[in-house]
Amino acid sequence: MDSTYFHFLDYAVYGTAVLVMLIGFYGAMVKKSLLKIVIGLSVIDSGLNLLIVAIGYYKGGTAPIFSPGFLEHFKSVSKMVDPVPQALVLTAIVIGFGVTAVALALVIRLYRHHGTLNIDEIKNLKW
Amino acid sequence: MKKLLVIFLLATLGYYTAVTFFDIGFGQPHFVKGVSPVKDIYLAKTQSPLTVSNAVTSIVVNFRGFDTLGEVTVLFLAVTVLGSVLYKNRHEVGKRSVFFSASSIVTSGSKLLFPAIILLGAYVFIHGHLSPGGGFQGGVIIATGFLLMLLAYENYSVSHTALSVVESLAGITFAGVGLLGFMHGGTFLQNFLPTGVMNNLFSGGIIPIIYIAVGFKVGAELTGVIYTVLHEKGESNG
Repeated sequence: MDSTYFHFLDYAVYGTAVLVMLIGFYGAMVKKSLLKIVIGLSVIDSGLNLLIVAIGYYKGGTAPIFSPGFLEHFKSVSKMVDPVPQALVLTAIVIGFGVTAVALALVIRLYRHHGTLNIDEIKNLKW
Repeated sequence: MKKLLVIFLLATLGYYTAVTFFDIGFGQPHFVKGVSPVKDIYLAKTQSPLTVSNAVTSIVVNFRGFDTLGEVTVLFLAVTVLGSVLYKNRHEVGKRSVFFSASSIVTSGSKLLFPAIILLGAYVFIHGHLSPGGGFQGGVIIATGFLLMLLAYENYSVSHTALSVVESLAGITFAGVGLLGFMHGGTFLQNFLPTGVMNNLFSGGIIPIIYIAVGFKVGAELTGVIYTVLHEKGESNG
């Protein structure tokens, strides 16, 4: 196993997660279409979840599941990755789903009322 | 001009976030060596008093079970808001706008696949304490099965009453099991059933019961979301 490769991979995970979050922020702040703004919010969620899961990982760790034969093979639980961030991400995904669903419902109502999705044509939505 | 401003702002934000995470160095050997007591305690208690295989399940349902009850409540709130925002009149559920009807290959194939998808979802949430997956994942799989049927058949309808009944019964089961633990042991969601042998289907005490309830609840709620959005009808499209 080449150690520098895994070194680079560790950094690449954090870089990718932050990059995905920044892409989501850019979409939510710059785009004109309401649907693209909601998609941007959803992309921020994905990047954040990736970041939190990556925090719990460490080199050579396995999934935190005591399958049959795990303790005979690995001898200790210290090979498991941290399960706490994964449980928190499970919560965060559900909350993200709720936010996206409510945002899309509001977008549908706005489209019914104004007949457009462009936020430049809807008054009081500019910044 | 605005784009440049946003790019500058985001570059600053991204630079400092990335530098912070590189400096902390999560996952490096010096970080994992005995400095995460929460993880060690959770993993030890997952093995010994709980006898659950999946540590994520034991955290979600047992150690943070109250948080999961709140999470399910947030999901219920999202479904309620969706229904109240999109429905104008409860008795005027709109007919779906269908651009073209599905071909016979799609309809027969989805009729064939639907029981298999439901079975997979049930498997995932019944075995949530043994293998990857759990109530939320199994519920989402079940909702995808209903989505497939709704996409294949134009007039496929899901009874809102049945969805509400399933959802309410699952929520009552979750809260009721928690209150039974309250009466039995002194804390909410205290285990009061025999824990069994590790890696058996009947192990973990109340954890499988709660995750099955969560699976039913999430499946019913997500099916309700899909049904509500598909049958949404406004005044402008006639």
